[in-house]
Amino acid sequence: MSTGIWLARHAQNMLGALGALSRNPVGTFLTVAVIGIALALPAALNVLVQTGKSAAGNWSDVRDFSVYMTPATPLVRAESLAGELRKRSGIDSVQLVTADAAVAELGKDPVFANALAALEGNPLPHTLVVRPAPEMDSEQLGKLSTELQKTPDVDLVKLDLQWAQRLNAGLDFLARLGWIAAVLLGAAVLVIVGNTIRLDIQTRTEEIEVAKLLGATDTFVRRPFLYLGLWYGLFGSLVAVLILAISLWVLGAPVARLAGLYGSSLELAGVGLGTLGAVLGGGLLAGWSGAWLAVSRHLSGLRPKD
Amino acid sequence: MIRFENVTKRYDGAREALSNVSIEVAAGELAFLTGRSGAGKSTVLKLVALIERPTRGQVIVDGRPLGKLGYHEIPAHRQQIGMVFQDNRLLNDRSAYENVALPLIISGIGEREIGRRTRAALDQVGLLDREKYPPRALSAGEQQRLAIARAIVSRPKVLIADEPTGNLDPDLSLEIMTLFRRLNEVGVTMLIASHDLQLVQKFGSRRIVLSGGQVSSSDTVDRAAGVGT
Ligand SMILES: Nc1ncnc2c1ncn2[C@@H]1O[C@H](COP(=O)(O)OP(=O)(O)O)[C@@H](O)[C@H]1O
Ligand SMILES: [Mg+2]
Repeated sequence: MSTGIWLARHAQNMLGALGALSRNPVGTFLTVAVIGIALALPAALNVLVQTGKSAAGNWSDVRDFSVYMTPATPLVRAESLAGELRKRSGIDSVQLVTADAAVAELGKDPVFANALAALEGNPLPHTLVVRPAPEMDSEQLGKLSTELQKTPDVDLVKLDLQWAQRLNAGLDFLARLGWIAAVLLGAAVLVIVGNTIRLDIQTRTEEIEVAKLLGATDTFVRRPFLYLGLWYGLFGSLVAVLILAISLWVLGAPVARLAGLYGSSLELAGVGLGTLGAVLGGGLLAGWSGAWLAVSRHLSGLRPKD
Repeated sequence: MIRFENVTKRYDGAREALSNVSIEVAAGELAFLTGRSGAGKSTVLKLVALIERPTRGQVIVDGRPLGKLGYHEIPAHRQQIGMVFQDNRLLNDRSAYENVALPLIISGIGEREIGRRTRAALDQVGLLDREKYPPRALSAGEQQRLAIARAIVSRPKVLIADEPTGNLDPDLSLEIMTLFRRLNEVGVTMLIASHDLQLVQKFGSRRIVLSGGQVSSSDTVDRAAGVGT
């Protein structure tokens, strides 16, 4: 077969499959909608994870330790500890907040001012705000924190990083959930397309059998159905992207407002090129494979028996 | 052109449909395969078209031992032989033209050539003015002629036909047989299965008679006589 004829055949099959879909608009719409929803779900999880990651990224430079000295520890002791820490590698800066300074700071708030006035001594400890070097990873930070905790006269070490770590762990979990959802729902799309095409094959068994008797190859019989599967995958992907875009648009304003309440400027991640490619690729692959499996199963029943 | 060497065919579980059958149809010959219903005529044709494979023995078509052909070589083999099926197997959701063009589309022939050859085949069976109709809009005789047009459109060297006059009245049957003869005269080797002994006798071509899965008699010489009496 010449390339020209081959191309013409493919074009005919491609358009023929599109025509077949348009002749059954309701059925096509329902199938495409289900595929779209199935593809949109993992994609939405992915967008959520991307959003969370960028949020965690914004705050990841806030990794300061607060080291609270035991109350009544003399100031010189706090000063000497600060000096020791400043000499260590892995630590960028150490800022000493004395008990007096802390009280003065707190006293600026009238509510606290009254309460403090009622107290006899200064209830606040001296505090060291330790800022680790950026190259310190979370394991090293953990070690540093334990070590500081064991230092004499240290009452409590508060690692501000902890919540960010929890967020990251949560995001990792969510990302994995996204992968599982993508695999399961991709398989679901494959089954949906496979089953839809199986029904389509059932209405064309005579045509397929006659074509085989007249010398059609399996490839020839498969081709129109593969295009059908690809169209389902393509339209399903487009619906998924549409669902995603509309959802993000609807959620965008409330999320921005919510973030604003926490003094942040969190924005939902958009439908990026990566997500778009994954949805499209996943949809096309699942559609194609579903069709391939359905036709192959049918064809294996038409093999001559020995 | 078609050769069966000690062919036995047993369908799953059933008794032997063909037992140790040896047949030879020479190139350019027109042979009838006759015998009662259940004698094994259709089985012989199915073995030629590789719709079935023999349990034992060898089928050779145009010098090719079919036993050597794998699953993926079957399409090419079928494209080289013309087939008229028992119940004609025309597609009613397509026009007469599309039915006849199908084997050419399958063979991957260019659009213009398909048009030319399809119309030529339709012309040969006298159905050129019916090309737009679906098969069900045609008479029984016309449908059978359409099935023949589809079988010859690829210009096969071998044509097999299973009960091509099965549901036709005697006049139409003779008309179809005459058509086969005309095609045979341009060099197509033919093996036609028919249980209609009277018609076959009237036609006077070579007969291979099957009975209970065995060859009970076979004319050795092509007695090719004229049509009718
Ligand atoms: N697919 C099949 N499975 C089982 N038995 C079959 C099958 N096809 C044909 N037979 C049996 O094989 C024998 C020969 O059948 P067939 O070749 O169709 O005969 P004919 O065409 O001469 O009527 C019959 O006994 C028939 O019942
Ligand atoms: Mg039969």
